[in-house]
Amino acid sequence: MNTDKKVISVRNLYKRFGSFTANDDLSFDVYKGEIFGFLGANGAGKTTAMKILCGLSYPTSGEIMVAGLDVYKQREELKKNIGYMSQKFSLYEDLTVFENIRFYAGIYGMSSKEIKTKADELLQKLGLVHARNKRIGELPLGWKQKLAFSVAIFHNPGIVFLDEPTGGVDPVTRRQFWDLIYEASRAGITVFVTTHYMDEAEYCDRISIMVDGRIEALDTPEALKKHFKAKDMDEVFLQLARKSNYQE
Amino acid sequence: MRTIKYILQKEFLQIFRNKSMLPIIFAMPIIQLCVLVFAATFEMKNTNLYIVDQDLSSHSRQIISKFEASPFFTIKHTDFSIKHAEDELFKDNVDAILHFENGFGNAVDKKEAASVQVLVNAIDASAAGLYNAYILSVIQDYNQKLESSIQTTIKKQAVQQVQNTYSHLFNPEMKYIPYMLPGILVLLITVIGLFLSAMNVVREKEIGTIEQINVTPIKKYQFLIGKLIPFIFIGFFELGIGLILAAFVFKIPILGSVWLIYLVAFIYLLTILGIGLFISTQTDTQQQAMFIAWFFMIIFILMSGLFTPTESMPEWGQKMNLLNPVAYFIKIIRMIMLKGSGFMDILKDLTILSLYSIAMLSFATNRYKKTN
Repeated sequence: MNTDKKVISVRNLYKRFGSFTANDDLSFDVYKGEIFGFLGANGAGKTTAMKILCGLSYPTSGEIMVAGLDVYKQREELKKNIGYMSQKFSLYEDLTVFENIRFYAGIYGMSSKEIKTKADELLQKLGLVHARNKRIGELPLGWKQKLAFSVAIFHNPGIVFLDEPTGGVDPVTRRQFWDLIYEASRAGITVFVTTHYMDEAEYCDRISIMVDGRIEALDTPEALKKHFKAKDMDEVFLQLARKSNYQE
Repeated sequence: MRTIKYILQKEFLQIFRNKSMLPIIFAMPIIQLCVLVFAATFEMKNTNLYIVDQDLSSHSRQIISKFEASPFFTIKHTDFSIKHAEDELFKDNVDAILHFENGFGNAVDKKEAASVQVLVNAIDASAAGLYNAYILSVIQDYNQKLESSIQTTIKKQAVQQVQNTYSHLFNPEMKYIPYMLPGILVLLITVIGLFLSAMNVVREKEIGTIEQINVTPIKKYQFLIGKLIPFIFIGFFELGIGLILAAFVFKIPILGSVWLIYLVAFIYLLTILGIGLFISTQTDTQQQAMFIAWFFMIIFILMSGLFTPTESMPEWGQKMNLLNPVAYFIKIIRMIMLKGSGFMDILKDLTILSLYSIAMLSFATNRYKKTN
């Protein structure tokens, strides 16, 4: 992890929907090549913040730089440098594996020759060569998720944003998925990932825990466990989440 | 440009894989043309007539025999009682009553004003107008014969005959198929264009892929052009089938240039697709999009002059049609097909349609937001 180079820098980010404050004074930095976990209960404001960083949503106020670009003024430029995998599965079910890859890579401006070579390599790596011409709709969820991630980093972005990427998949597939994330990180891609699986939090280099729109804690998993005198991340999270005003 | 290529590739693949839509796209023009063109006619046949002849003169009988001979009328009853006739009219058993009062024949012979009473069921006002006109023309016809016979026998110089002559230009036999068909062609590409485009972008919202698109550096106009072109092709295809059926099955001469029809269709489709994409960007579900598209569609079509002449609409209705793309295209395509109008003849309407398309497309592009 190269701690010198900030790739995401957020200062005093606010996002309000009417009288509701979804993101309340967020400030944090993410460094090149690290896996940054963004944790929080449902409705804590993780997805809202992530969408702002991706240029999908406007912040109410705050200074936000992603990949050295201003999210207010250089939003479209920024989009060339990031990958994004949304909570909602977003490959086309009626297109084949290769057609999906070709489409997304194509709109990022890759040449068709490059797409073809890289797609073959990718499918080889994922062990999905036989599924190249199968429709996405016919594949099991675990494969779809791995493909969606691979498509999100296919154009080689500097940063990839993953919004609860392992929702609904089995533990084995989740483990495999995290192998892919490590691999991307080793290749120099900064990974910004939201999750509410606490075991996944342990895999991150640093994590921030959001409660009611605010960042309540931000450090490495080890440091957090030490600070809260907890045996695992689960306990850290529960201690923090109890502070929430919106507990059911 | 390359970006657009990739979107087009994807859109075409998706259209051809959609097993429920594809048959409709192909079958619709044939079914619509064959059913609507024959069924949607204004022609009156077999008007049921009740005749009350209290006169029983040679004149009334001659008029009645003219009605008997006409293919447009069926004489249901002949009676003396107007009361009974009115009952039948109430029960909807007859469409019109023709009433000769006692003394009709005498009045004709004395060359005094003789009157025939015509009672028409006007629940359907447009049909009533036609019954009335048909009945009057039969009586008028008899009247003229009467006058000319008076002239020849009495050789009376003073009888001046003013004859009205009609000639129907461009559709000499007043056939309804040549009149309806171009309009139905317009309907066809409107339905396909408006619905497919209105459902398209919103579908990507529903399945969640729009977010993935919005996070790419794709430009808004590239995305919308990629969405437009496939629908223009489909529209052209529908129009092609329609024109082929028109020429070879319905044997309607297409007097103007087919290329000109296609040019207008292109601009028209841009307008309709612009409206459709605008609806699509403004809604969150396909259901909403469908409902709104349907709303506009009904208004556009009913106001368009396809089923009712626009000239008979109140002034505000005619003004509303200034904003109705369907009305423009129906007017233009009728001019080109039936009258052989050229580019200069339709230039004014085409200009309006072009401005309309530019407005709708910029509106749609503007309202499509990559960032919320």
